[in-house]
Amino acid sequence: MEISTVVSLLDARVVCGHQRLSEPLRAAFASDLMSDVLTLDTDGLVLITGMCNTQTIRTAEMSDIACVLLVRGKKATPDMVALACENNLVMLECAYSMYRTVGILYTHGLAPVY
Amino acid sequence: MELTYEVEGGNFSKAGHASSSIKKVLKQLNVDPKVVKRVVVALYEAEVNVVAHAYNGIITARVEQGSVSIEVRDQGPGIPDIPLAMQAGYSTASAKVREMGFGAGMGLPNMKKNVDVLNISSQVGVGTRVELITYF
Ligand SMILES: Nc1ncnc2c1ncn2[C@@H]1O[C@H](COP(=O)(O)OP(=O)(O)OP(=O)(O)O)[C@@H](O)[C@H]1O
Ligand SMILES: [Mg+2]
Repeated sequence: MEISTVVSLLDARVVCGHQRLSEPLRAAFASDLMSDVLTLDTDGLVLITGMCNTQTIRTAEMSDIACVLLVRGKKATPDMVALACENNLVMLECAYSMYRTVGILYTHGLAPVY
Repeated sequence: MELTYEVEGGNFSKAGHASSSIKKVLKQLNVDPKVVKRVVVALYEAEVNVVAHAYNGIITARVEQGSVSIEVRDQGPGIPDIPLAMQAGYSTASAKVREMGFGAGMGLPNMKKNVDVLNISSQVGVGTRVELITYF
């Protein structure tokens, strides 16, 4: 699934990374626990999270996760936006709950990590 | 090449600064991205541990032909029982650390998984030294 498809399915806002929206995603992982995210080794991941701080972006940076999707109407802070831009990440914001978000992406065929 | 960074205990807004910088250096040296990811994930876990559990720390990274050796040395409470701390799920993290998305007791096992050599030594009431070595 292309990142742009995630954007349209979820009516999401693109905060940064507009130039990478045509890139494909292979799987999604939903968690507010960065400890768990850091244990993954799948490529082409979107991280779906309600954890909204700079460590979310650092975790994505270290784990080579190209796309971070903030749910539950969380807004990226200016620090987060700056870090995400610096690292060429795609950051999306969506008003839906975690449950609704993952339900939509799962039924449209975006694979889980496990 | 040797790189040195300071880490401030308790300061989550700056956590990851050293790991990020070392990642950029390794990428510039054209180290295999899979190796870079393993090194920086382990280092980031160690860096967050200093922020989460200690008072301050120093990270020294030595990049050589075919290996990266990193030492993370902190002043802090130390780890009384290292085999216990190594167990997945064991954590003494505070509520504040958990609010930041950490404190699952996964960091030390994840370091072990990602590097070739993990050495930990610690003195209660003084501090902890973590050594991470990766060959490539
Ligand atoms: N540098 C350190 N100084 C003092 N104690 C430490 C240090 N690093 C780890 N510990 C102790 O070892 C425990 C386990 O560490 P580990 O990194 O596995 O988990 P965590 O940091 O609690 O949670 P997570 O890494 O999943 O966010 C910690 O909760 C803490 O008690
Ligand atoms: Mg830890």
